[in-house]
Amino acid sequence: MDFDLTKEQEMIRREVRKFAQSEIAPVALELDEKEAFSAGLTRKMGEIGLFGMFVSEDDDGQGLDYLSYIIAVEEIARVDGSQAATVAAGNSLGIGPIYYFGTEEQKKKYLPELCAGKGLWGFGLTEPSAGSDAGGSKTTAVKDGNEWVLNGSKIFITNGASELSMGVTVQAVTGKRPSGKPEYTCFLVEHGTPGFKAVPMHKKMMWRASDTAELFFNDVRISEDNILGLKGDGFHQMLSTLDGGRLSIAAMGLGGSQGAYEAALQYAKKRVQFGQPICKFQAVAFKLADCALEIECARNLLYKACWLKDHRRSFEKEAAMAKLYCSELMGRVANHAVQIHGGYGLMKEYHVERFYRDQKLLDIGEGTSEVQRIVISRYIGC
Amino acid sequence: MLKQVPATESLIGIAEDGVSVKTDGIKWVINPYDEFAVEEALRIKEAHGGSVTIISVGSEKTAEAIRTALAMGADKGILINDPASAGYDGLKTARSLAAVLKEAPFDLIIAGQRAVDDDNYQVAPATAEFLDIPHISMVIKQEITDTKIRCHRTIDGGTAIIETQLPALITTQRGLNEPRYASLPGIMKAKKKPIDVKNVADIGLDSEHMGEPLTKIVSMKTPPDRKGGIMIQGDSAQAKAAELVRILHEEAKVL
Ligand SMILES: Cc1cc2nc3c(=O)[nH]c(=O)nc-3n(C[C@H](O)[C@H](O)[C@H](O)COP(=O)(O)OP(=O)(O)OC[C@H]3O[C@@H](n4cnc5c(N)ncnc54)[C@H](O)[C@@H]3O)c2cc1C
Repeated sequence: MDFDLTKEQEMIRREVRKFAQSEIAPVALELDEKEAFSAGLTRKMGEIGLFGMFVSEDDDGQGLDYLSYIIAVEEIARVDGSQAATVAAGNSLGIGPIYYFGTEEQKKKYLPELCAGKGLWGFGLTEPSAGSDAGGSKTTAVKDGNEWVLNGSKIFITNGASELSMGVTVQAVTGKRPSGKPEYTCFLVEHGTPGFKAVPMHKKMMWRASDTAELFFNDVRISEDNILGLKGDGFHQMLSTLDGGRLSIAAMGLGGSQGAYEAALQYAKKRVQFGQPICKFQAVAFKLADCALEIECARNLLYKACWLKDHRRSFEKEAAMAKLYCSELMGRVANHAVQIHGGYGLMKEYHVERFYRDQKLLDIGEGTSEVQRIVISRYIGC
Repeated sequence: MLKQVPATESLIGIAEDGVSVKTDGIKWVINPYDEFAVEEALRIKEAHGGSVTIISVGSEKTAEAIRTALAMGADKGILINDPASAGYDGLKTARSLAAVLKEAPFDLIIAGQRAVDDDNYQVAPATAEFLDIPHISMVIKQEITDTKIRCHRTIDGGTAIIETQLPALITTQRGLNEPRYASLPGIMKAKKKPIDVKNVADIGLDSEHMGEPLTKIVSMKTPPDRKGGIMIQGDSAQAKAAELVRILHEEAKVL
């Protein structure tokens, strides 16, 4: 067994950490408070290569392995959940489906801009009445001559309505399978297409500097060329995208845990009560020891899942486990971090309250914790 | 020219031998002034063409710092790694760098004004002397036209504008530029860029050429613990000022 990262992976961690500390940390608080997506910061992230990380160089990507991508997301999440969300969704949900399932023309048309971080692409699966039950989508696409006509709506779509958003991948019902179940197809819909409206969603509790959108499709006419890959492949494409996406949500949980833990440890060493630093009180020290232990376990689990994926082994069960464990872990760690900060922990300047809020999405997005447990129980044969 | 140094936020402790610092647990980085040098070299390359070679005296670990510079966009690296070089003073380091540079064609050498670990400001100017080329230190801006370089150099209370013929050596001052991050694709490209590792014999130096070091670290001490300050009491600003002057004069004896 080899637990060493490669020199390149180590360097990616160092450089992304440096970037996150000097470019993201100073503005995270303000963007969160104003609930503002920053196109400037997104472009900067693009300049250092944070988009298209797992896309091959031939397709204008950065040509990294999956673990390198996950380490990069982890390092951004260590500082700020919102920016990590922009990057994780941009890569896994925006770029991923086009790269893995798109035709050569589609890849050539969209990947250069998306991989440079100059544009963002959304992934439209969730609907107002179909969340965990993604098979319950009501958005439809009907063929009319050479065109498809799209009707329906999507909700909670990350990177769907920012000033950099170029379009969205939409799952729609395109008929019935022989089994009687609906047939799904994914379509690439560009912003500006008549009948397509993207509206930013505000007043979120968490990920306040990440763009979330509601999408409306009203007789949107698109051509056959807008089908992502093949007609009828939609459901499979979406599920496979989510398998990879889970690893990036897990990376956000792990990075967020690391950030909250480091803040708590540092604070506990400095804060003096009853004549000694509070980290000397066993009640505080044990909380920190638990955090350190669990972060170690979480990192091993997540990196192993990435290793499986990088070695083209099946990784779906481990991805669900890592997503579930890292997400819930950040809940425990952020909770301890706020507790250790006492009253100050509830104040925005101390940052841990943002970690505490940002964590909650991780229990819900890309398959809720309950859904991850369903997935795992299926894999173990229940 | 580049040196790997402990990160400024590292906790520095003195090693058992009393003449060096403990190296375990230290985070190593590119000397910040050398980062300006790398950035400036890349900008000159982008504007005028050419290639950028990173040269360093250090240990095996120093290759990491060179790799980072390659990831920023430099073309190749040369590392002088020799057990003998560990104890070099500034002059010997300069001698080794000059020996390598004599063999490598160059138009311009850029170095940090000093390394933030030893703070001895010697290596870059000494290298220029050994190479018998002009040098301009503390540069905050430069322009190259044909075979000349014109530099803005900080001096007490202002800037001096100095011009010289190339090849030359310049050293960096804060304000010269804002170093770029090594990008992720840059990191992957650096993997394929060469780092040439040489020992002292490879560069044609032997202990006779090198001579005895002119300086030697005899011992290292941590600064004394700072004592608590004194709060000056008094009813008015005048009374406090008078008391301050009295203390500076009579107790601290600095006035
Ligand atoms: C900020 C944000 C960003 C998002 N980004 C995207 C995006 O980019 N693209 C996208 O398509 N979606 C996105 N989502 C949607 C997200 O994936 C869904 O919210 C999630 O899948 C849950 O769906 P739901 O909200 O409809 O909850 P529901 O499915 O209604 O679930 C409600 C509760 O019921 C539980 N539950 C449901 N079914 C079962 C069951 N069978 N057994 C046990 N418990 C069950 C759930 O676990 C949950 O606790 C985003 C959401 C948010 C908040």
